[in-house]
Amino acid sequence: MSNTKLTRRGVLKSGAVAGAGVALPTIFTASSAAAFTNEPTGPSVTLGFNVPQTGPYADEGADELRAFQLAVEHLNGGGDGGMLGTFSSKALKGNGILGKEVKFVTGDTQTKSDAARASAKSMIEKDGAIMISGGSSSGVAVAVQGLCQEAGIIFMAGLTHSNDTTGKDKKANGFRHFFNAYMSGAALAPVLSKLYGNDRRAYHLTADYTWGWTQQASIAAATEALGWQTVNNVLTPLAQTDFSSYIAPVLNSGADVLVLNHYGGNMVNSLTNAVQFGLRDKQVNGKNFEIVVPLYSELMAKGAGANIKGIVGSQNWDWKLQDEGTKAFVQSFGTKYGFPPSQAAQTCYAQTILYADAVERAGSFNPCAVAEALEGFEFDGLGNGKTLYRKDDHQCFKDVLVVRGAMTPESEFHLVEIVEVTPTEQVTYAPDHPMFAGGALGTCNPGA
Amino acid sequence: MDAFILQILNGLDKGSAYALIALGLTLIFGTLGVVNFAHGALFMIGAFCSVTLSKLLNLSYEVVDPTKKDFLGRPLVEKHTYIESWFGPETGAAIIDWSVPLAILFSIPIMIGIGFVMERGLIKHFYKRPHADQILVTFGLAIVLQEIVKYFYGANPIPTPAPAAFTGSFDFGTMLGFDPNTVIYPYWRLVYFSFAALIIGAVFAFLQFTTFGMVVRAGMADRETVGLLGINIDKRFTIMFGLAAAVAGLAGVMYAPINSPNYHMGMDFLVLSFVVVVVGGMGSLPGAVAAGFLLGILESFASMNEIKSLIPGIDQIIIYLVAIIILLTRPRGLMGRKGVMED
Amino acid sequence: MLGLNKKDATLLLLVAILALCAPFILNPFPEGSALAQFNAGYPDLMQRFVIFGIFAIGFNILFGLTGYLSFGHAAFLGVGSYSAVWMFKLLSMNVIPAIILSMIVSGLFAVVIGFVSLRRSGIYFSILTLAFAQMSFNLAYSVLTPITNGETGLQLTLNDPRILGESATADGSIPVTNLFGLEMRSTFQMDVGAWLFQFNVGYYLCAFIMLLAFYLSLRIFRSPFGMMLRAVKSNQQRMRYTGLNPRPYTLAAFVISGMYAGLAGGLMASMDPLAGAERMQWTASGEVVLMTILGGAGTLIGPVLGAGFIKYFENIFSKINDNVLHGWFSFMPDGLEDFVVGIVHPFIGKGWHLTLGILFMLVVIFLPGGLVEGGQRIARALRKDKSDDKSNAKSNPAE
Repeated sequence: MSNTKLTRRGVLKSGAVAGAGVALPTIFTASSAAAFTNEPTGPSVTLGFNVPQTGPYADEGADELRAFQLAVEHLNGGGDGGMLGTFSSKALKGNGILGKEVKFVTGDTQTKSDAARASAKSMIEKDGAIMISGGSSSGVAVAVQGLCQEAGIIFMAGLTHSNDTTGKDKKANGFRHFFNAYMSGAALAPVLSKLYGNDRRAYHLTADYTWGWTQQASIAAATEALGWQTVNNVLTPLAQTDFSSYIAPVLNSGADVLVLNHYGGNMVNSLTNAVQFGLRDKQVNGKNFEIVVPLYSELMAKGAGANIKGIVGSQNWDWKLQDEGTKAFVQSFGTKYGFPPSQAAQTCYAQTILYADAVERAGSFNPCAVAEALEGFEFDGLGNGKTLYRKDDHQCFKDVLVVRGAMTPESEFHLVEIVEVTPTEQVTYAPDHPMFAGGALGTCNPGA
Repeated sequence: MDAFILQILNGLDKGSAYALIALGLTLIFGTLGVVNFAHGALFMIGAFCSVTLSKLLNLSYEVVDPTKKDFLGRPLVEKHTYIESWFGPETGAAIIDWSVPLAILFSIPIMIGIGFVMERGLIKHFYKRPHADQILVTFGLAIVLQEIVKYFYGANPIPTPAPAAFTGSFDFGTMLGFDPNTVIYPYWRLVYFSFAALIIGAVFAFLQFTTFGMVVRAGMADRETVGLLGINIDKRFTIMFGLAAAVAGLAGVMYAPINSPNYHMGMDFLVLSFVVVVVGGMGSLPGAVAAGFLLGILESFASMNEIKSLIPGIDQIIIYLVAIIILLTRPRGLMGRKGVMED
Repeated sequence: MLGLNKKDATLLLLVAILALCAPFILNPFPEGSALAQFNAGYPDLMQRFVIFGIFAIGFNILFGLTGYLSFGHAAFLGVGSYSAVWMFKLLSMNVIPAIILSMIVSGLFAVVIGFVSLRRSGIYFSILTLAFAQMSFNLAYSVLTPITNGETGLQLTLNDPRILGESATADGSIPVTNLFGLEMRSTFQMDVGAWLFQFNVGYYLCAFIMLLAFYLSLRIFRSPFGMMLRAVKSNQQRMRYTGLNPRPYTLAAFVISGMYAGLAGGLMASMDPLAGAERMQWTASGEVVLMTILGGAGTLIGPVLGAGFIKYFENIFSKINDNVLHGWFSFMPDGLEDFVVGIVHPFIGKGWHLTLGILFMLVVIFLPGGLVEGGQRIARALRKDKSDDKSNAKSNPAE
């Protein structure tokens, strides 16, 4: 009954205050007073970190949150500064953003577009957040990106891999650092050709929703260009937990490669089931049967355990990279939390730094000024080598990693080994590529 | 033909998980008249008994190895399990390898204990309350249980492999005269199916051939009369609840190697198992088992490419579609009795 | 007044006052204070309170009166949202046609699903509705993506036709939902000392519709029709023996409550033009059941209270993180502060589900009649104190 209690006391209190307030009403509409939504006027600025805290991706969300906290600490001049020291732009001075102390609020997306929007709205309406970041699925990213466009807030996407985020559903106020399904395909194809040859028959199992479809299309296009055949593409329900009845037909389909376009729990289960059915020990068409998981995530690799050994996939970033940015980041993250960061953590950290840097360079928190500073921005030292934030679609272009499940893990954190770092040129595509067509950035919205 | 046989095997395998969970639900509902939304959570806890035992067996002490470096460049801390140092590397490794079958023994007392505590501490007070209240309180309990598991084990699935002896698959094809490697099925799934059959058989035998079972069956049929006969039905019902919890737990223990357990696997099975129970007919044990296998097999068939190309998306809805058709043609499910949960 | 007796009129008036003053009532703590975290007076959450209130009021007409427990009510909410968003895409950004269409479409859905499901009663009915809703959700997420946009949810784009409106505004953005030009998102802010109160157009539209919905449900509860529905709940058999066929009454109740859900869905889309498939998932259906039972099934005000309770937890508790905790307890000595934060930590932020689960259990165990019973108990206790002075104060708790 806490509700009514709270309510009754509230009535008394606010009734008294409202009486006093009528004398000097400072009523104004939001549209007339500020130049843009949530213009920070005090000594601090608030960022909103919207990550899954409940549901199947909660661990990934927790890692993102750790990275955000670390980034805020570094922006405010705390800790060892992390990648601020290696970042090519030197606009940030460790005194917050534009001299304002960085504060943050957190929310729970529940990996549902509705809940994610509710949480983002409360950050904007209640906490006055000037930028929203985070997320662990493309559905959520696209939904929140749309909201931020309407509200006049910058959205720095977290982990989202679908082509649509910077394709069909791209928005002027939204920016993505993470790579996408097309890039996965483009990076994987040459490696697959090297490892498994050009005469392969692939069987796709695809999660039956938007991300699954774009990934399947991207991988099929890239492998068919090599000369591979796509034997079949079977869509699997998202809620499926036991994939045995989808794996069983693969045995006799004549395929010699299984591509699992799954993520998260789906991926853990479908891979585990495929290994259970002994697919990896089979010989088909005189070749070893192979399994490919185009999008890797460390947490999922952990969930699949030994089944992941030797399975090829792609990643945005890995802590074992040897550049200065990565080393600095792993050092400060590892010292603080006791284990190396995941790729989700890295992209969230980088996005926060990139946003802060863009504000600093633009000299304003105005979303349109920030967007202009980010568009076409070239930088280095954030762990992915030389990177470009392309103006046409707000997608980052950088190297993509092709990885393989570690055969002999050296430690519990050593889940994957890097097979190849695919250079940027190879994964770059034209802004009007058909897989990304059908949307428009629109114009930047400062809100208000 | 080979694809057909494979899907029947898949269906039996899935069906055995459904049947085991539905059996426990029906036991509780039939004897105690309680709709237990926390039953999926008991299944999940069973799976986490496997995880816990394998974690316990993997308890280790740390040795600093200054010759190697960890990811931050500090001296590497290597972990050695106590088991291996007590029993020698080979026996120790074998014990760890067999942690899932060992977890069966480990889980039975735990699950029965949890069942007793749940019944005495909470469910007992809800016998006379409306079903809606029972649903709400057990649903609340399910959330609490899964959040507790999440707090200790995280949200990520935890790999819990079967013993190495059970990796690989059995080739049915050669037995039936097909080409080798066409009809193969993983050993562990066959073990799961046999295990489920064993448990189901044991529960039925227990109810059929023991005095205790007879009293419980009588209680299911007419609780009041049995009470009037001077039989302490409450005590027996507590034991039944413990038994049902143990059945759900065992289903979970053995399921752990099939799919890595995570904290919400109980919720994933909950709705499905309720559909199974209702399709089988509320309160009917044979109905629950039959419906479990039926829905498992139909679900497997619906995921065949030939059928999916005929009706796109059929595998998404098959379970519910079958439930609707059965409930409309047979008002009380396959083997339901009149008057149970109809008002 | 309005065909209501004095008690009901008072109740309606009370709800109206609460709804009108919500921006004050829900914002009791000054901005910047440690307790401001508990303020709920921002437009999005206030909208959610009243929209889910409508949803729960509608659900209660079916469950509270007839006792039929539908486990698939979220399907109607989802269908309503989709229809509303399609209206924004095709016709115009005015919310009126969208809301009307969402009620019509969800009403039609309810007729079909209700006609089939009401052939069975008890748990068989619940499972039938659950099956229909889960089928809708699974299909909306995958096969029906051309209509529903699947995982991402149906959104507005710059190249929607919008026959009676514009595809894009002059400055190249998507137009916003409005009521004859009055934008749903526009908010008046009032600074009063340290307090900031927000008066949002969308909220007041929702609140106004909620009052209408509440009034209608009051009338249904008190009408002969409502009496029939109660008869269905108490004894269908006897009703049949008296020569009355209960089916048309239950079907009517089912459709009305489906249309309430559709209305809620339409309003949700009007406040935030996005329709996600997960609105139809069984957990969403379960949520409205929880709201209704938690608040007090069969009572008029209970479902609204339950809706507020759950949405408050979802939106407020999930946002409390360790940083906030350290802020609250910073007055304590360091060791003690960490200890207290460590104790509270599992229950907030990512642990908000745990808190909610515990509260469910506590409410069901100790307050079988839901929050309303809690209120009645408090009222009774208060009255008992007074009755020492005024003898024989008749306890007549509001429903």
